Amino acid sequence: MKEEKYHRCARWLLMAIAFSALGGCDWALFNSKGQIGVEQGNLILISIGLMLIVVVPVIVMTFWFGWRYRESNEKATYMPDWAHSHKIELVVWGVPLIIVAVLAVIIWETSHSLDPYRPIESDKPALNIEVVSLDWKWLFIYPDQGVAVVNELVIPEKTPVTFHITSDTVMNALSIPQLGGMIYAMGGQRTQLNLIANEQGEFFGQSGNFSGEGFSAMRFSTHSVSDDAFAQWVDKVKQSPEVMDFATFKEVGEPGEMVNHRYPIYPVRYFGQVEPNLFNTVIGQYVTLKDSHSTAMHEAAQVQE
Amino acid sequence: MTAYEPHYPNDAHGHGHEHHHDSSGIKLFGFWVYLMTDLLIFATVFATFAVLSNSFAGGPTAKEMLRPGLHLVLVETFALLFSSITYGMAMLATYRGDKGAVLRWLGITFLFGAAFISIELYEFRHLIHEGAGPQVSAYWSAFFTLVGTHGLHVSAGLLWMLVLMFQVGSRGLTDTNKTRVGLLSLFWHFLDVVWICVFTVVYLMGVL
Amino acid sequence: MFGKLTLDAIPYHEPIIMITLAMVALGGLGLFAAVTYFKKWGYLWSEWLTSVDHKKIGVMYILVALVMLVRGFADAIMMRTHLAMAHGDGQGYLPPEHYDQIFTAHGIIMLIFVAMPLVTGLMNIVVPLQIGARDVAFPYLNSLSFWLFVGGALLINLSLGLGEFAKTGWVAYPPLSGIQYSPGVGMDYYIWSMQLSGLGTTLTGVNFIATILKMRAPGMSLMKMPIFTWTILVTCVLICGAFPPLTATLAMLSLDRYLDFHFFTNELGGNPMMYANLFWIWGHPEVYILILPAFGVFSEVVATFSRKTLFGYASMVWATAAIGVLSFVVWLHHFFTMGSGASVNAFFGIMTSIIAIPTGVKIFTWLFTIFRGRLQLNAMTWMTLGFLVTFSIGGMTGVLMAVPAADFVLHNSLFLIAHFHNVIIGGAVFGYLAGIIYWFPKAFGFKLLDRFGRYSFWCWLIGFYFAFMPLYVLGFMGMTRRLNHFDNPAWVPWVQVAVVGAVLIGIGIVFTVVQFVTSYIKRKDNLDVTGDPWDGRTLEWATSSPPPFYNFAVIPTADKIDAFHEAKKNGVELMPAPEHYEPIHMPKNTGNGLIVSAFVIAFGFAMIWHIWWLAIVGLVGAVVSFIVRSYDEDIDYYVQPEEIARIEQAHHQTKANAVVQA
Repeated sequence: MKEEKYHRCARWLLMAIAFSALGGCDWALFNSKGQIGVEQGNLILISIGLMLIVVVPVIVMTFWFGWRYRESNEKATYMPDWAHSHKIELVVWGVPLIIVAVLAVIIWETSHSLDPYRPIESDKPALNIEVVSLDWKWLFIYPDQGVAVVNELVIPEKTPVTFHITSDTVMNALSIPQLGGMIYAMGGQRTQLNLIANEQGEFFGQSGNFSGEGFSAMRFSTHSVSDDAFAQWVDKVKQSPEVMDFATFKEVGEPGEMVNHRYPIYPVRYFGQVEPNLFNTVIGQYVTLKDSHSTAMHEAAQVQE
Repeated sequence: MTAYEPHYPNDAHGHGHEHHHDSSGIKLFGFWVYLMTDLLIFATVFATFAVLSNSFAGGPTAKEMLRPGLHLVLVETFALLFSSITYGMAMLATYRGDKGAVLRWLGITFLFGAAFISIELYEFRHLIHEGAGPQVSAYWSAFFTLVGTHGLHVSAGLLWMLVLMFQVGSRGLTDTNKTRVGLLSLFWHFLDVVWICVFTVVYLMGVL
Repeated sequence: MFGKLTLDAIPYHEPIIMITLAMVALGGLGLFAAVTYFKKWGYLWSEWLTSVDHKKIGVMYILVALVMLVRGFADAIMMRTHLAMAHGDGQGYLPPEHYDQIFTAHGIIMLIFVAMPLVTGLMNIVVPLQIGARDVAFPYLNSLSFWLFVGGALLINLSLGLGEFAKTGWVAYPPLSGIQYSPGVGMDYYIWSMQLSGLGTTLTGVNFIATILKMRAPGMSLMKMPIFTWTILVTCVLICGAFPPLTATLAMLSLDRYLDFHFFTNELGGNPMMYANLFWIWGHPEVYILILPAFGVFSEVVATFSRKTLFGYASMVWATAAIGVLSFVVWLHHFFTMGSGASVNAFFGIMTSIIAIPTGVKIFTWLFTIFRGRLQLNAMTWMTLGFLVTFSIGGMTGVLMAVPAADFVLHNSLFLIAHFHNVIIGGAVFGYLAGIIYWFPKAFGFKLLDRFGRYSFWCWLIGFYFAFMPLYVLGFMGMTRRLNHFDNPAWVPWVQVAVVGAVLIGIGIVFTVVQFVTSYIKRKDNLDVTGDPWDGRTLEWATSSPPPFYNFAVIPTADKIDAFHEAKKNGVELMPAPEHYEPIHMPKNTGNGLIVSAFVIAFGFAMIWHIWWLAIVGLVGAVVSFIVRSYDEDIDYYVQPEEIARIEQAHHQTKANAVVQA
């Protein structure tokens, strides 16, 4: 994705001045390993910087006015009936207006450039992964590789990944904070999320929307690996004798039992074969004549543009 | 909290009338505001109905289920429209102070309203019998809820009308009762307007 | 006979709940015994429970709110301490089914049963006095609203010892809140407690719109109304616009749960995201319903204690109205992650950031009111200053999350939790606390001790920064909300610091209680005999403290902004005692609101437990009692001139004595 000029300027400025302290720490959003996440992190810094133009003066004025015009300070000017100043009112309406206007442009641009549905430009074709949220675990189907995995996500680095997301239970959200934004997983609907990992590494993944008693157990590791390692990993999964068909899918989707008052994290499980079209079958359970609302809305929005 | 205990040396009724006009105006205004909140309840249900207007989930559609009974709904609609006119007559009688006419016209209005509700219940029963109950699909959930919410309002209006007829009958057209006839009038016409929207959106647009 | 209700519904195996219940039972028994011993039941019934006096109803609202605050805070401290233990191998002490109830209850209690009654309480006490009215437009309705609200509070408290509360989070998104995934009674407690209090709130909104628009003192045109009244007017318009959709939405959710309808189910064409849309059509205006009255309080406080006219009155009014209108077109920013398409997201993002403009204007308006004033530093002004700083930060993080592309990573993280506590504590809570201290002498006739108010403020302020700044950081680290266990060791220190903050806030609450108790004990030293303890500017200070039940013996004329201040400045008596007082028309107290509400509570309780016969009894009983009320013509009376003269003379006498002593 193209790095825009103001992004870079503001990024360096802000990195240098206000947020230099963050450099060394492991705050996921400012230590992003994905292009989308990096740009979202920059966007956050730019927006904060813009708003500080108003917020810093407010804080300074609060302390300054509070001190200067305290009751005991007889030296300060006292104008009990002074209540209007066109100049001041112009400034207090005008300055926020200008800042919000700038912000509005940024919002419009980034909403489109960082739209989770937007395919990521790259030399490599995107890897498709179908994601189903279950009680309380994640199923990742690799349709082109013909394998499926529970609670582990392996992706090749520097390759765009398109997640097709649904749920066979209540609403969840696929969230891998170090790669970028999240999107809801909803029963009977298909949503989409495009991410890319800039380098190799292990990143934590979770559900970003509360989904019941085992919610805390919806954690998984995301491994970003080299292309070769990815191919090897696929081979390894293929060797698993387990088959992910609809019956097994339903069995995996059972909530399981609590151990020590807590749902344990479901162990990583490999499936060497996947029933064709399983993902659509899962969605189809809920969709009869109804079209997938969210996708339809999204497509309608895209058409308008 | 107040330092002084209120006690009631003099009842207000039978006293001066200067406050009554004023308080009736405030009541009317307050009731208008209430009607607007009620309108928003309808708006919410309408919006939901619009979103779900094609969600038949493979079950019976609006067209095939509602078409055959449309003439009955038209009768129902006219019953309610006429009831608005007859309520208008009751209002005119109220202004004249003609207690007998008020009771007569309210009675006629009541009958029209009761006819409306009876036809609606018949339609509901028929639809459920034919396999288009509210549990069948999201569309029918929304249909029964939207039409039913209006029906509940009409039923509440009928109960109010009944109580009011007793009150006018026993106490005459007092200031309080006059105000109440006016408030119920607002409510009744409001339900009429809502029904026109229901009829248009649910029946005409759904079937034609 | 009793539906789903059996003795098993009592959670015997939960020691925390059983001990709490025992304490509540003991406290309740003690209270009951005390009232009986001092023979106060009659007084309580005739002077408070059946009162239609807006001032007393307001006090009762605030009393309930403060009690509920303690419960909501207990939930908060349990969540924080549990999470500080529940990482890695630690289990914490709350199993998920309990923990999930706690965070759901915390949200609902703090919003619906603490913040809302503080708003309605303040508006009840203040608004009629500020506009020079003798009561609200519909006093009986006001009492009914209050008791419906109490009904909601009663049901949510009942869920503690009988059954369970919802385990869905306070937004209760379906399908999780649907019958398939939440078959227990918890969700039904949620629905009916929200419905009862929501109905009460809607009626309050109607009541105060009519009161403000129709019952202002002569001369008080809209643009001469005190700013607090303005914010309440906009708040009530928001209430009337936002609560009916909530009522309808919860009704549809109930139909799904009770009668197998399919509005929000996954299957048969239902659409769960529609609930999210409808919920936030209420939910977003709701946050402005909470904050606008606080803005109103700050406007009054800052002008009064800067000894200066409020800067930019017209800007303030327009900013308030703009916020009110905009609050209805931003709801989608709560779920950008639904995937609605870039242009839709951008529209709602831009709309949301536009709200920052009028909000910014308000902030500057308060600052320029202090500018060239004589700011008296007391608990109330400290809260205002603390608000200006803290709220600006909260506003900034709010706009940040309105940027859709940024929200994709911040959504549902602890950053969000930090943001809304930032604006609610730094905005609404400071506003309500300041408002309570400010108008306390008006309601009770003596001032609160300022010292403990300041202690409370500092605890809240520092506690807030300790409790929620770490949550901002945790949000940046990717920690999501509503976890009851986590493994990431990097999060641990931040989670532990947050506990310190929660404890500090707890001490702040204790100081507020201490403030009430010590002020009551030392009330003789702080009596407000003049009715104008702060050298106030608006009409409520023109009458005695506490005001007589009719508020004003003579209706004042208010043809200027700050009419009372102008009158004092010009040495004019705003309400000169006439030769003969006119009789005053007042409503009589009635227990009917309480009775109707009791039936409605029975109905709600019966619906929760599927006790159908009781549901019918409750519904029919409520309707019949309401009709009985409509037959009652003995609802008002006239206060005679002799009585008014006696009361007014007594007031003037105390005032004169005070002047002599001084």
